[in-house]
This record gives sequence, structure tokens and C-alpha cells, in this order.
Amino acid sequence: MRRYFARKLLTYSLTFIAAVTVDWAIPRLMPGNPIDDLLARIGTRCNTREQCDAISSYFYNVFGLHKPLWVQYLTFWKALFQGNLGISVMSFPEPVSTLIKNAIPYTLGLLVPAILLSFWAGNKVGALAARRKILDNTVLPLSYTLTATPYQWLAMVLAWTFAVTWRFFPISGGYDPLRTPSWSFGFAGDLLYHWFLPFASLFLVQFGGWAIGMRNMIIYELESDYAHYLEALGAPRKLVRKYAYRNALLPQISGLALAIGAIVGGALVTEIVFGYPGVGSLILSAINNKDYFAIQGIFLFIIVGVLIANFIVDIMYVIIDPRTRIGMQGGS
Amino acid sequence: MSLRVENLKVYYRTLAGDVQALDGVTFGIADGEIMGLAGESGCGKSTLGNSLIYLSGRMKYVDGSVELDNKELPIADMHEMDRFRYKEVSIIPQYAMSALNPTRKIGKMAKEIIESRGVDYHSILPEFTRRLELVGLSDDVLRMFSLELSGGMKQRAVMVLSTLLNPSLLIADEITSALDVSTQKAVAEMLVEFRDRGFVKSMMVVTHDLSILHQIADTILVMYAGHLAEKAAAEVIINNPRHPYTRLLISSLPEVGVTYAKKRLTGIAGTPPALLHPPTGCRFKERCPLAFEKCVEQPPFIEVDKGHFVACWKEI
Repeated sequence: MRRYFARKLLTYSLTFIAAVTVDWAIPRLMPGNPIDDLLARIGTRCNTREQCDAISSYFYNVFGLHKPLWVQYLTFWKALFQGNLGISVMSFPEPVSTLIKNAIPYTLGLLVPAILLSFWAGNKVGALAARRKILDNTVLPLSYTLTATPYQWLAMVLAWTFAVTWRFFPISGGYDPLRTPSWSFGFAGDLLYHWFLPFASLFLVQFGGWAIGMRNMIIYELESDYAHYLEALGAPRKLVRKYAYRNALLPQISGLALAIGAIVGGALVTEIVFGYPGVGSLILSAINNKDYFAIQGIFLFIIVGVLIANFIVDIMYVIIDPRTRIGMQGGS
Repeated sequence: MSLRVENLKVYYRTLAGDVQALDGVTFGIADGEIMGLAGESGCGKSTLGNSLIYLSGRMKYVDGSVELDNKELPIADMHEMDRFRYKEVSIIPQYAMSALNPTRKIGKMAKEIIESRGVDYHSILPEFTRRLELVGLSDDVLRMFSLELSGGMKQRAVMVLSTLLNPSLLIADEITSALDVSTQKAVAEMLVEFRDRGFVKSMMVVTHDLSILHQIADTILVMYAGHLAEKAAAEVIINNPRHPYTRLLISSLPEVGVTYAKKRLTGIAGTPPALLHPPTGCRFKERCPLAFEKCVEQPPFIEVDKGHFVACWKEI
């Protein structure tokens, strides 16, 4: 067990280092540079070439962009360990960590319920549909359609149907801009009202994937030897299905570990469609403004989040599947 | 008479048509009898064994009746049959080594199965551990997962679990096939022990291995291509078979004390017929050295001597 966790920790550390490096490099590979954009935006006027150079070199100095790349890279790591993600260029002089802190509740509020509920509901419905003709013939095609749908496309369809045509839900935003955020039921209801459509598009797409996976796994498990043995001994269908469900859940959990990255990506574009004030919308404006530090910071945050989520799933798998657990301890 | 099978027909559904794997068999097993069911692969012996307890989706009940302890077994009715499974008829399956749920501890799994059949696990637990000890397993296995056991241990655990509710009839399907010779002998002797101690009343041991049956079976039933060929006491089948197929089968086995350097072992020429469109009459006639005109009709399975049944026109 110890060795397993040591190995996992090593893998995750290497992934982290590689991801941070790529994260640092990506914005610097983008064409253009953020200082020119900043100067253009704040409308600095300079009359002579020297004045212009002086102003821009001042900002280069502030952001440390005049230093050689390798120094910037090392500085990035050093700041990272101090929990300092730098100053945002687009919302100068706001630190990037504040931007993320403001956006993260919205994103987590979307992601966590969407992942957990769709995993739970998809698996239950998929298991129910397996080997039941009518349910199978309805759930299966529906699930295939849902899971093949890109998040942003479903989001647009939902927005068009429920927000534009029928006006059941607001089309964008995290809450009504006319309200002041407060700890009241009215505001909470408003949040929920704005939350529903982005949540629904995330939930539905994932739901389809889990339902199909579970339905197929259950059929496979019901054909396995232990299931046939139970049936030959006259065990009720309920018990056979219970065993099949439990065993079919294991590959679904590894599937969850693989899917987390894609789900997070999906959540980001869904937020953009609905103008939801989470990390996805933040990323979009950071990219539009070539805000190196914000881009780096947000990506870093996502990377760490995905790694942690994966690690949790990894541990869960070990706890649930006796085969991996005993394999690690060595049989007696 | 413990088991009475009357003209049982079970076919396999395939896209090409029905495969007539079990085509009208009639026989009986007495109380306390261990009957060996022998024949080559594809002759329908496993089909016969399975159809007495669990018809899988591809198997189709066509005709016939099965009676156990004077009660009709509703073998064609999946749900009605549940009442009899495990308590009256039980099976040690061909796949005994993978029959245990890999993610449940063996004791917990046993508890769930047994309680699902309306039997109190705690009152049966002492007997369970006693029987596990009888086959050389400590009660530690109840706290283990199946992957912690060796293949032989799994098989013994399944043997004990399958017979725990003292069924009247036990079907042991090819349970020695995957074992080495010494383990085979030990497993075979356990089966006899189970019968002698009254854990099961009678037994049907399905195998292609006649030497195992010679050791443990009271009677042997030989099948060929979905039909019965011969049934008699084990000694008689081995030493004095009367059906030409049984004779050729026995004579193709090596004998102790004979050197085969000069004399080659002979097999039976030809192959068994396909059962999708089986030939009419005696199904062995294509390979039979004694075949004559009469063999285009199906020979009846009749008693030619006391307890000795043969289906061959030459023996009538």
C-alpha cells in the first residue's frame, strides 16, 4: 500500500511539474505582447520615442518581463510556492488570485453537483435499462445522442429553447444584475435560477455517457460466471443485479478519473455560452487581453484541481476494489 | 427412484436453426446412486446436466418431463424452478474456479446467497465450517476474497457451498477436468464422501474421463450425439459393454500392464454428426462397424439385462 501511494505521488508530482512548465510557456507562445495591449487600453499618450520606451519599460519592469526567459521561469516557480500567482494585466492592479477566488465558487458550484449527480443518476438508470427491453430501447438511443453532444452545443440549444423561445430561464449571468448579492433566500433563489441551465447542459451530456457505460457493463457482468452460479442456485434477481452493479461500478470509477479533465473543459465552454461568471468566462477574457498572469494562474488552478480530483478517484478505487487492494498487500 | 427423466428434449437456438443437443433421453437415478455421465465433447452431457437446474437463454425446452423425489421439476419455468434450485437440485459448475464473486468475501457472499434462499446463515454456519474443514479448508477462507485462494481451494469452497443445503440431487459438471491427476482423485473421493455422509442423496457426475467414473461412479450412462447409448453399473460398462460405441470407446483407452510400443492405440474412425441436422435413426451408424439396414430406425433404449440399458438393434 505504501509503495503504491509513493508511486502515485511521484507520478502526480511529475505531471504537476510538466503541467506547470507548459502552463508557463503557453501564453508566451501567443503572438503579440500584453504590455502593448495594456498601454493601448489605458490610452497612454507618449509624444517622443523616449517617452514611449520609458513607459513601456516601466511596465516591463513591473511584470518582470524584461528578464531572460529562464529567470522568468524560475521566478514563476518561486512565486508559485509563495502562493503568489502574479498581478493581473487586464484588471491591473488586482492580483490574479483574487480574480480566481471570485470566480471559483461559481465553477465549483456547477461542476461538483453536475459530476456527482450525473454519475449517480447515469449509473442507476443505465443499470436499470440493462436487459429490460422497453427501457433499454428508450434510454440507449437517448444516451448515445446526449453523450455525443458537445457541451457548448447542448448549452446553446438549451439557451435557445428555454431562455430565448420560452423564457423559462435567464439567458446569461450568475445572478440578476439588479440585485445586490446578500445572504438571503431571495438571492439564493436567483442564483439557483441562473445556475440551472448551465448545470443542466453539463449534467445531461455526462449522464448519457455514464448510462451507456453502466448498461453495457451490467450486461457483461450478468453473463459472467459468478452471476450464472448465483442464478443456478436460485438466488433472486435482486441479489444477482446487486453484485453485477457493484462490480460494474469499478470500471465506471476509473472512467470518471479519465473523464474529469474533459468535464472541466466542458464546464469552461458552457460557462462562456451562458456568460456565467466562473473560471471559464475568466479564461476567455484573460486570453482576449493576453493577460499572461491570469492565464497562467487560472490554468494552474485547473491543473491542480484536476490532479486532486484524479487522486481522490484513484484512492477511492483502491478502497472499493479488493483486487487492487489485495494485489498491493500481497496475498496471504 | 430419486430422479426420473422422461423423453427430455432440449435444443439450442441458433440463427441457422435448432441444434438438437439433447434429443429425447429417458433414464433414472436411484437414491444414493452416483451416476457418471460420459461421452465426447458436444454429445449433450453438459446440456443434460444444466437442463436439470438452469436453462440458459439459448437453451430451449422442447419436450419431456423431469421428476425428482416424485415431484415434477418445472425446468422450463425460470421462476417456478427457483424453489427447487439449491435446496433440491444443486450444481457444481464447470466454471467452479470463477463461480465466486471476485469483490465479495466468501463468507459474506455465502451469507447473502443462503439468506436469499430463506435459510438462517448463523444456524448453518457451524455445519458450513465443519464441511470446509472436511475438504481441508480452514474457516479463514470465509474472511477471504476468492482471488486469495488457489484454483483447487476455490473449487473445494464451491463444492461445499453448493451442497450446503443438502440437495437431493447434485450435478457435478466436469469438475475434475482442469485438475492434475492427484487432485482429481482427491476431488472425486470428496464427492463419494459427500454422498456417504448424506450431504447429497444422489449425484450426476458429468465428465469425459471414464477412469474417474470407474473410481467413484455406481453406474455410468454413455451418451452419443444427443442420444443415450448405454447405461449400466460402472463395472459392467468398463468390462462388459454391449453398445458398439461404448465398446470402441473403452477399447481406445490404454490399459495397465500393456506396452503400446508394438500395438498402436486405436481411436474410433470418423467424427460425430453435426446436431443442427442430425441423421435419422441411430446416430452412431456412420461410424459403427456393425451397422445394418435396421439402423435407419432409431433403436429404443431398453433394458437388456438387469439394470443394463442399451440402445442398439444388435442387442435386442
